Amino acid sequence: MIPTIIAISIVSFVIIQLPPGDYLTSLVSGMAAQGETVDRASLKALEERYGLGQPLYIQYWLWVKGIITKGDFGDSFEWNLPVNKLIWDRLGLTFLLSLSTLIFIWIVSFPIGIYSAIRKYSVGDYIATFIGFIGLAIPNFLMALVLMYIGFKYFGHSVGGLFSPEYIDAPWSLAKVGDLMNHLWIPMVVLGTAGTAGLIRIMRANLLDELYRPYVVTARAKGMAEWRLLLKYPVRVALNPFISTVGWVLPTLVSGATITAIVLSLPTTGPLLFKALLSQDMYLAGSFIMMLSILTVIGTLISDILLAWLDPRIRLK
Amino acid sequence: MSDDAKRFSGLSVKRPSPGAPPATPEPSLEPESRVQVASQWQLMWWKFRKHKLALVSLIIVILVYLIGLFAEFLAPQLPGSYSARHTYAPPQPLRFVERTDNGWRPALFVNGYKVEVDPVALRRTFVVDPESKIPVRFFVKGETYKMWNLFETDRHLIGPVKSGEPMFLLGADRLGRDVLSRTIYGTRISMSIGLVGVALSLILGIILGGISGYYGGAIDNLIQRIIEFLRSIPTIPLWMGLAAAIPLTWPPLRVYFMITVILSLIGWTDLARVVRGRFFSLKTEDFVTAARLDGASEIGIILRHMVPSFMSHIIASITLAIPAMILSETALSFLGIGLRPPVVSWGVLLQEAQNIRSVATAPWLFWPGAAVVITVLALNFLGDGLRDAADPYE
Repeated sequence: MIPTIIAISIVSFVIIQLPPGDYLTSLVSGMAAQGETVDRASLKALEERYGLGQPLYIQYWLWVKGIITKGDFGDSFEWNLPVNKLIWDRLGLTFLLSLSTLIFIWIVSFPIGIYSAIRKYSVGDYIATFIGFIGLAIPNFLMALVLMYIGFKYFGHSVGGLFSPEYIDAPWSLAKVGDLMNHLWIPMVVLGTAGTAGLIRIMRANLLDELYRPYVVTARAKGMAEWRLLLKYPVRVALNPFISTVGWVLPTLVSGATITAIVLSLPTTGPLLFKALLSQDMYLAGSFIMMLSILTVIGTLISDILLAWLDPRIRLK
Repeated sequence: MSDDAKRFSGLSVKRPSPGAPPATPEPSLEPESRVQVASQWQLMWWKFRKHKLALVSLIIVILVYLIGLFAEFLAPQLPGSYSARHTYAPPQPLRFVERTDNGWRPALFVNGYKVEVDPVALRRTFVVDPESKIPVRFFVKGETYKMWNLFETDRHLIGPVKSGEPMFLLGADRLGRDVLSRTIYGTRISMSIGLVGVALSLILGIILGGISGYYGGAIDNLIQRIIEFLRSIPTIPLWMGLAAAIPLTWPPLRVYFMITVILSLIGWTDLARVVRGRFFSLKTEDFVTAARLDGASEIGIILRHMVPSFMSHIIASITLAIPAMILSETALSFLGIGLRPPVVSWGVLLQEAQNIRSVATAPWLFWPGAAVVITVLALNFLGDGLRDAADPYE
């Protein structure tokens, strides 16, 4: 866990450093373009703060030290604001979106997976499999575009964004949350299809492994009601992967959320990260990449803990 | 063949060894014994053949690769040729019969365009005009191109008889370029990036997965941790970060190569896992021990005995890795940080569809997206079928 986070911070820092030219040159040229001149003293202060001109590992150390001790991720030169003022809202919305998508995936794939397993090779099973495959094959951004096109063509309004215009700057209230829920379902569907497809297949395969086990036959022979039997034993065993797949579903969701958000122009990390990368606003971009990865790793850890809580076999090992 | 010999040869193919006897099915043999003497690849083919969807997908995939291979000949126009008079021209359906005074007769043509002016917005739009006809022919002379950069020719599979007349079977984009031609050219880039990227991932995956699985222990542990780390990072933000660092001044070929490297940076982890798992399960097999006792060298054991017996699994994994590569490239290029014009890939083409207003006026800009979906679906089904067939002994 800790080594992973350290590795993530190193990778993010390397990404910050990859583009040619350094932060200071871009800052100076940016200011010069706006007709401002930079005085030597502030240049000096900046150089000291980021350790510019010094070896990379010292710069890295200064950056990490700033984050740990002061929560200071550096400045965004494009916004002329400290990075930490920009990222938290957006990270929050990104994870809200990812989490609600995850729940959406669970709710949809759980019954369909069970159905596909107990009615193996039925028409419904084939339909579910086919829709699942289509979901896997359509790239997120394409589905977002098509939904937007349909919304534009047949409902006459754009479906982008997470809030209606009147709520964008409003403080949080119940009405605002309701408005958010109204907008959230489109990115949720866009993001959720691929994951749902994967999870249905996993659920189906696992349940098929369990359904013909002797313990199921025993319970049935004892006259247990079919639904109770199904939900109490095989489904419970087959549920494990549901939780453990969070480990790979979460990175895919966060990554898909990035690109979907760019297409649908949601106020999440995606568009801002993208803009930061294009304008080489590297402290902002690097901080985004780092925080997205770290939060994903933490999410995976939580899923591991959940798994231990759910499954006594893992807990006792 | 005596009964004993039959049983013996049947036994020897139970184990996936490369030296399995070639199939010599005699007409008198029962179906069961045909199965017993068939080689491993033959068994796989039989199993694969049962998977109808995979079989159809195989044909589609081969067709798509052929389209990519013969792009210049198949495309009616060059990817860059534009016609300012036909911006956002809608698709013209290809017609096979023509109506004359004495009934119907076969003819190949498309309808021409006429301009309509929107009375409110005063915007000029093209509509297909059923009155005018543009005759179309196969193997027609059109724009000159260099086939595979080798020889010059001007034959196209299909095109208007009079060169220069408009024929946009899938419509035109904002510069009046033929969407069909560009999608065909895009096939070459998008499909090849899948192959090159997977080849790179495969090299990394086989080497690192092989080391991991064959030696085990500390080095295995290290490689597994690296894989876990790479898989825990959300890929698109990482790729975006790396791709954005590619200088804008680089020539297209170098950008192309860099993108494949970036994509395979994550792609190898899946293949490495497959290879490692196979190594683990095979390393204790009797035939490997036998080879070792026979004094075969390590590398000889790996290459002559182990690799052939998990080759089928590798092929299945590769087939499943290609669509992931294609989707990633499409996503990056769509955002404008992958391949860049004038290179034509499906992702680059879909950039045109980024703007909701242009899509609303020209929904045919989604066609490259259809190409992506069909190809990815076919590759997924094919990979699924191959994976089922990879283990024919079940």
